Amino acid sequence: MLTQLARLLGLAGLLVAMQFGAALAPAAAADPYDPWPGLVQDIFNNRDMNDGSAVIAIEMPYRAEDAAIVPVTLRNLLPPDDPRRVVAITLVIDQNPSPMAARFELGSASSVSQISTRVRVNNYTDVHAVAELSDGKLYMTKTFVKASGGCSAPAAKNMEEAQAKIGQMRFRQFARPGEGPTSGAREAQVMIGHPNNSGLQMDQVTQLYVPAFFVNELRIWQDGNLVLAMEGGISISEDPNIRFTYVPNGAKGIRVEAKDTAGHVFQNEWQVDASGI
Amino acid sequence: MFHRLLASFLLLTASTFAQAGFDPLPVDEIAPGIFVHLGASELMTRANEGAIANVGFIVGADAVAVIDTGGSLNEGRKLLAAVRSHTDKPIRYVINTHGHPDHVFGNAAFLSEGTSFVGHRNLPRALAARGHFYIDSFRRIMGDELLKDVVIVPPTLLIDDTRELELGGRSLVLRAWSTAHSDSDLTVVDKQTGTLFAGDLVFLAHIPVLDGSLRGWLKTIDELGETVVRRVVPGHGPVGDWPAALADERRYLERLGSDVRALVKAGKPITAAAATAAGSERSRWDLFDDYNARNATAAFSEIEWE
Repeated sequence: MLTQLARLLGLAGLLVAMQFGAALAPAAAADPYDPWPGLVQDIFNNRDMNDGSAVIAIEMPYRAEDAAIVPVTLRNLLPPDDPRRVVAITLVIDQNPSPMAARFELGSASSVSQISTRVRVNNYTDVHAVAELSDGKLYMTKTFVKASGGCSAPAAKNMEEAQAKIGQMRFRQFARPGEGPTSGAREAQVMIGHPNNSGLQMDQVTQLYVPAFFVNELRIWQDGNLVLAMEGGISISEDPNIRFTYVPNGAKGIRVEAKDTAGHVFQNEWQVDASGI
Repeated sequence: MFHRLLASFLLLTASTFAQAGFDPLPVDEIAPGIFVHLGASELMTRANEGAIANVGFIVGADAVAVIDTGGSLNEGRKLLAAVRSHTDKPIRYVINTHGHPDHVFGNAAFLSEGTSFVGHRNLPRALAARGHFYIDSFRRIMGDELLKDVVIVPPTLLIDDTRELELGGRSLVLRAWSTAHSDSDLTVVDKQTGTLFAGDLVFLAHIPVLDGSLRGWLKTIDELGETVVRRVVPGHGPVGDWPAALADERRYLERLGSDVRALVKAGKPITAAAATAAGSERSRWDLFDDYNARNATAAFSEIEWE
């Protein structure tokens, strides 16, 4: 399973991009080919896709303003009394060189209700969110994003800065309007400095493709309980940034561990503000 | 290899096309020996053939330097025809002020024995990372006819810091900047006339477009402002007096920075920046709605790390 994921997240994307790069394939806008059925096969082993419109919502701007930083928010729509829970959410950007952007695993006792991150969008594309519920079924919803025009590109703006920031981590907590200070949901954000290099560019001297170099694993715990885990690919923007809403379990701290494809491990721990803000 | 073959093929065809009678791009002689075509304040489209950036050339006693080549091979060929309608001297340098498509897509029109392509030390990396994406993206926007012959031509002469290029009785001072508008910004000063080609480090009338570092750009504006020249050819917008031409851009970037900083401090999400930051600048710029949300998004992802 892990090697298969690694293949889907990185290598497959790289190979596809190399083929596209060499052949200068026509853009997919005028292409009626729909990659989704093939992606269902590759990523989900052809499992049945149920209508997810009452289970999960995906929010993205209709137009990708900056191809390198397109905000995406996933919302859990299950009512509180629903006996099922969301076990995992997979985010798929159909037309990207590496379509499987991320798979989020939601901790069983943290009631994560919202996840926001940022992705790269290369083309006009459907973006699918697939929730796996505790009933073992998959529920799919989707949106459509127009690629950005102009000079933005799904690549680093400031490579020196990105390299200098590798491994820096930030944690923030936010007040949730209308929610009590000591109970109910909290909103927090984890930031990791990393170029999340797609590996899709060629080295000018060697004429070889630069290897992809990205954060492929991120785990967030409150004490010993997993809040949220992400397996990420090269479609996640530089400096991976996850903002999420969860229910605290009384733990005093939040611990984060991230790994990248070069084997670096980044970890840190922060005190949770008792006021909940 | 593929590119070299294509390049040598285009080398053959470029002169053929020039002779085949591309209309010269309209240019004004803004100072003795300095010719500029002002790009349209528009997005790159099929109709405008990508001709949205300011491009130009400087004629010395012995040779010519071309500064930026336009947003399509067609525009590059028309710029070549404009050069040839004013002088027969050889084009010794083609200088790219950075790697964006509206400034480099015409490069292949100038591939010729004895012509050096000049760029910032980071330009090869920027073109390698983005070139194919730009070609695919603008094929979608401008159509295959305009894009089919565009090839990415990387620089052969790299500028690390500063360097003088000689055109015969006329020397140009090139300077490579740290990340500002982009990570490959290069400026050109013609000492003889006191003319600065600022590339996209300077925007006038056309909203500034952020693809590098907001804080870096503001810092660069301060340093660039100390350059002793009389006038500036911005990357977009009319030729302006120096350094007065920096005032609008500085005000916009400072406003963008302070609005975004306030949103980050208040815990707002990045989408709030796209919707509201620098809204007070809306009436002051062309193409505000096309670029401001994108600038705010980029600025947010930088400033949240402060």
